[in-house]
Amino acid sequence: MARIQAAYRILADEARTRREQFDQSSLPKIHIGMATCGIASGALETKAAFETALADRGIDAHVHTVGCVGHCYAEPVVVIDYPDSGFPPILYPEVTPGKAKMLVKLFLEEGDPRFEHIMGATVENEMIPSVMEFARFSREKRVVMDRCGRIDPEQIHEYIADGGYGALAKALCGTPEAVIAEIEAAGLRGRGGAGFPTARKWRTARAAKGSDKWVVCNADEGDPGAYMDRTLLESNPHQVIEGMIIAAMAVGASRGLFYVRAEYPLAVRILTAAVEQAREMGFLGADILGSGLDFDIDLFQGSGAFVCGEETALIRSVEGYRGMPRHRPPYPVERGLDGRPTVINNVKTLATVPPIVDKGADWFRGIGTADSPGTAVFSVVGNVTHPGLVEIPMGVTLRELIFDICGGIPNKKKFKAVQIGGPSGGCLSAEFLDTPVDFDALTRVGAMMGSGGMVVMDEDCCMVDVSRFFLDFTQKESCGKCTFCRIGTRHLLDILRRLTRGEGREGDLEQLETLSRAVKQGSLCGLGKTAPNPVLTSLAYFRDEYEAHIKEGRCPGRTCRTLTAFYIDLDKCARGCDACVGCCPVEAVFTTSNRKKGIDQQLCVKCGECMVACPPDYDAVVKISPAALAPVIERPAEKKTEN
Amino acid sequence: MITLTADNRTIQAREGSSVLSACLSAGIYIPHLCWLEADAPADAPAACRLCLVEIEGFREPVAACVVTVENGMTVHTGTETVRRLQKTALKLLLSVHRVDCKHCPANKACALQNIAKFLGTGLGCKPFERVLKEPDVDSRHPVLDYYPNRCVLCGICVRVCRQRHQRPLLSFARRGFETVVGCFDADPVAAADCMSCRACLESCPTGALVQRTVVKG
Repeated sequence: MARIQAAYRILADEARTRREQFDQSSLPKIHIGMATCGIASGALETKAAFETALADRGIDAHVHTVGCVGHCYAEPVVVIDYPDSGFPPILYPEVTPGKAKMLVKLFLEEGDPRFEHIMGATVENEMIPSVMEFARFSREKRVVMDRCGRIDPEQIHEYIADGGYGALAKALCGTPEAVIAEIEAAGLRGRGGAGFPTARKWRTARAAKGSDKWVVCNADEGDPGAYMDRTLLESNPHQVIEGMIIAAMAVGASRGLFYVRAEYPLAVRILTAAVEQAREMGFLGADILGSGLDFDIDLFQGSGAFVCGEETALIRSVEGYRGMPRHRPPYPVERGLDGRPTVINNVKTLATVPPIVDKGADWFRGIGTADSPGTAVFSVVGNVTHPGLVEIPMGVTLRELIFDICGGIPNKKKFKAVQIGGPSGGCLSAEFLDTPVDFDALTRVGAMMGSGGMVVMDEDCCMVDVSRFFLDFTQKESCGKCTFCRIGTRHLLDILRRLTRGEGREGDLEQLETLSRAVKQGSLCGLGKTAPNPVLTSLAYFRDEYEAHIKEGRCPGRTCRTLTAFYIDLDKCARGCDACVGCCPVEAVFTTSNRKKGIDQQLCVKCGECMVACPPDYDAVVKISPAALAPVIERPAEKKTEN
Repeated sequence: MITLTADNRTIQAREGSSVLSACLSAGIYIPHLCWLEADAPADAPAACRLCLVEIEGFREPVAACVVTVENGMTVHTGTETVRRLQKTALKLLLSVHRVDCKHCPANKACALQNIAKFLGTGLGCKPFERVLKEPDVDSRHPVLDYYPNRCVLCGICVRVCRQRHQRPLLSFARRGFETVVGCFDADPVAAADCMSCRACLESCPTGALVQRTVVKG
């Protein structure tokens, strides 16, 4: 025991010394969020701008790349820590290259932090309001994402200096049974969607007969709009690796595998480097920290099939076969990869393990609800003011999450629905806003926790079209093995497509319901069993919208093209303004006799460009459903306009 | 031997066998398409979803081919739920099937005809609309013709090919609704053996794989 702790202490002391040198340096430190989301918003350009500006002005500073803090609406996010200026570390949102140059000149050179560009200070102080005064920060509880955006994911010593791998050393000092007991006492449930108790899975795998057991980390995140796992792997890969080693020790596995989507190139690169570093430090390989545990990790890049997130299909694909699920039982914990007992855990599940081992089950139980302890990480996207990654304690209501933490619906629109759990989840209406976010409460109302994708929709969304979108996704991603999923989802999609085209028929809704239930009951794997959920929940909570499509030819969200029309309100249209005429791609906008404009409904392709182009002062273009309600304005005969 | 109850009859089955095989041996017919007699419960593909049964203690109907028999198990093969799901599965299969029995070599020996007869449904697919694949025949294999609109994707041909040959020629291609059986432009040398093997032709339940008849002239 002492040997393990001693081995760890040497590594930890060295890491801490390096970090302290960095922290105590009086040079300004510029922390730039460089996960995929930051890079997509231009963080690479921002970083280059900082470097050029610093070089130009001859200022010495550390440019420190970190992961993602989860505030997607504010990317690229930069924290400038300039102790000599007398200001606390300051967080700047939306730092463009121009802003970067300006900050170097005005703040780093002249000492003016430019208050108008500040979001807040990252620590409590007397000069600048802290970001913790905003609900988007203070209402979060970070367990999994605690270090995201604080450390450089490519430097293992930063993780170790922050206490990283301490939980591993602690676990290695005890017995596997003690680790499993701690996880069980903590009540940790799998974060991949179904919420299966992690300890029970581990215990079965531990008891399973056979050598060469596997621990697989499922990072085949594929729900539309979900990117929690990607961000975590890009921002703090070592916490996941540490969790995986603890899992291996607990179940007696000797081999580990990361199953990461090839579409996550940055995550793959960072993870590969992280595994290499962990190996160099002796956290992977033979005789880890002198404990006698042998364990190493490989990386497998999934090729983008959504169904390969299903664990049996994942195994098939690693084995080199077509990614098709098979019936469970036997469960992978009994017969998995290469026929060996295999524990498959989600990225967030594994990342939750080290904090539990470190701080204990009671601490973990203190967060969240009795049946769903801990936190939930959501990627909240769609029509919401502050989209991004949010980690909240379980039990927070949807209303708090969407309105208080994420700032509600922008553009003065009304909330219509929230889709939770991706294509396997459900659409909930406003009446469910007070539902607490936990595994069981969400399942009760027909949605599911899923892996944490949350799409918020405002009044302009058409629920039939949303169902069509999700069914289109699952239908394309069906592997084609079993009858119900392969053919059933296609018929569901055909009906939904018909509805959005205004060709709905009497009996369509009943058929949607009956077939959805059959697909749910008859399908082989989780993909098919949950594929109809968006249809069933939207039918239950937004049936009036479906009926409006069939009976009135009306799309309440004014989204379905064939059911909507654009027209120009002649009372508002300004004489002689040609904004709409110029932008129309099909020359459907014409000038009427009094030099106002009209739209030729036969030519119009309903792209909506005229509505965008019409100056807000006039706001004369109107979108209406059903299409027949648009007043008909005759196009004047060609001759007449020439006169 | 294991003793269980199926449709109120006490039947016996070999240990480790599946509920499907136990019922079939006892003369209780359960519709099925993708199951092979040698399939152990852990290996059955459970793809056709026709052999669904209700077993006491199970929350949902389950495919009989993947459940291992246990002493005292009570199985119901003909409940309303089971029949409803089986009829839906059959109709789904028929909705992508060119029902042209007269010109089909499998006529009168066709698994779909037999199951339709057993379930008491016709060969129609209402309320589903018929969606067929293009083209109707895939003639890329040197000696075989594949009819995607007859195929029920039971996968038996793929499996027997794999069992017989080191380098199997048949495999699933594409995915989801577009899934077909393909031969990936089989190498003509290897394919020359196909006519001496014929395992896939003989095991196809619906006449989707046939030997190409060369029309002279």
